[in-house]
Amino acid sequence: MASLKALKNRISSVKSTQKITKAMKMVAAAKLRRAQMAAEAARPYSERMAGVMASLAGKITPGPQSPKLLAGTGNDQVHLLVVCTSDRGLAGGFNSNIVRAARRKAEDLQRQGKTVYFYLVGRKGRAPIARLFPRQIVHQYDTSGIRQVGFADAQAIANDIVERYTTDGIDVVHLFYARFRSALVQEPMAQQIIPVQPAESAANDSGAGVPPAVEYEPDEEEILAELLPRNLSVQIFRALLENAASEQGSRMTAMDNATRNAGDMINRLTIEYNRTRQAAITKELIEIISGAEAL
Amino acid sequence: MADLHFELVTPERLLRSEDVHMVVVPGTEGDFGVLAGHAPVMSTIRNGELAVYRTAGAEPERIAIEGGFAEVNEKGLTVLAEKADVPA
Repeated sequence: MASLKALKNRISSVKSTQKITKAMKMVAAAKLRRAQMAAEAARPYSERMAGVMASLAGKITPGPQSPKLLAGTGNDQVHLLVVCTSDRGLAGGFNSNIVRAARRKAEDLQRQGKTVYFYLVGRKGRAPIARLFPRQIVHQYDTSGIRQVGFADAQAIANDIVERYTTDGIDVVHLFYARFRSALVQEPMAQQIIPVQPAESAANDSGAGVPPAVEYEPDEEEILAELLPRNLSVQIFRALLENAASEQGSRMTAMDNATRNAGDMINRLTIEYNRTRQAAITKELIEIISGAEAL
Repeated sequence: MADLHFELVTPERLLRSEDVHMVVVPGTEGDFGVLAGHAPVMSTIRNGELAVYRTAGAEPERIAIEGGFAEVNEKGLTVLAEKADVPA
């Protein structure tokens, strides 16, 4: 049986751990509120953007002259997986879930004989992916200096990806992030961002009958050429915001559990401590009594 | 005449959603004013100023915007700008 001193030390160490996890939980809760608000505030833009993209894409029939971002390269040999993770750990299964989704996709693609590359956003995805696919990480976008994700960051990532897309012979780009459903539920998501997947525009068009004639200024092609990279930035921006909210939600839940577990552990240790203390007292009493009887 | 429903959206948030009289949009191929019942138009915009007229003849409110595009449909005018400076 552990000594009283050892138990006492143990209890105080668990207590200080509990203080840390509790503080982290509260910080995550506060950050979650902010991240969630940011994600919600950004929703109208991406919704409008998706609407416009759908109506435009429905009007243009993909041909050899149409932009590559829309129609693709005509191949699907080389895949780039953009994996968005966080910079900090201690967020439960948040990062490993995203990485697992990406890894499954990569293994799937490799089994079909495709080439897979990784583009990492955030620090925590690097270690597991580098272990499994050591030579396939093309770039890691550093987000450690960013406190609140801004549109400029998303734009920088999007530009970088578009550049690699046009120069490195990449055919398909997938985006991995965790969609925020609630503080308890975050779903890892895989989304194909290049070429743009035809949205549910076809369904809308057939339902609405003849769409009103829209004037374009300048013409459709030029608008589309400007819109496509922007749409990409918006998609990435949304993914980053969702990710930020998911990270905080996941951390909050994980830290809540940790705090509760620490509490349970403290209770158990305290009981053990008291028992040991009582046993020691009883032992002392027995010693005194038997000593007195011997006299 | 009914008012024009005007929305100004940036990636960060929805900045304006209100009914106004007229908005002058700095399109890439020239400024154009949008009143209620304008024909559907989609246009890219250049960096410049939106002029929002709350009522006819009122002093316009000017909002500096950067990049993006404007869409006019039967519901009103939606400006998707990359950046917008809204005086608080």
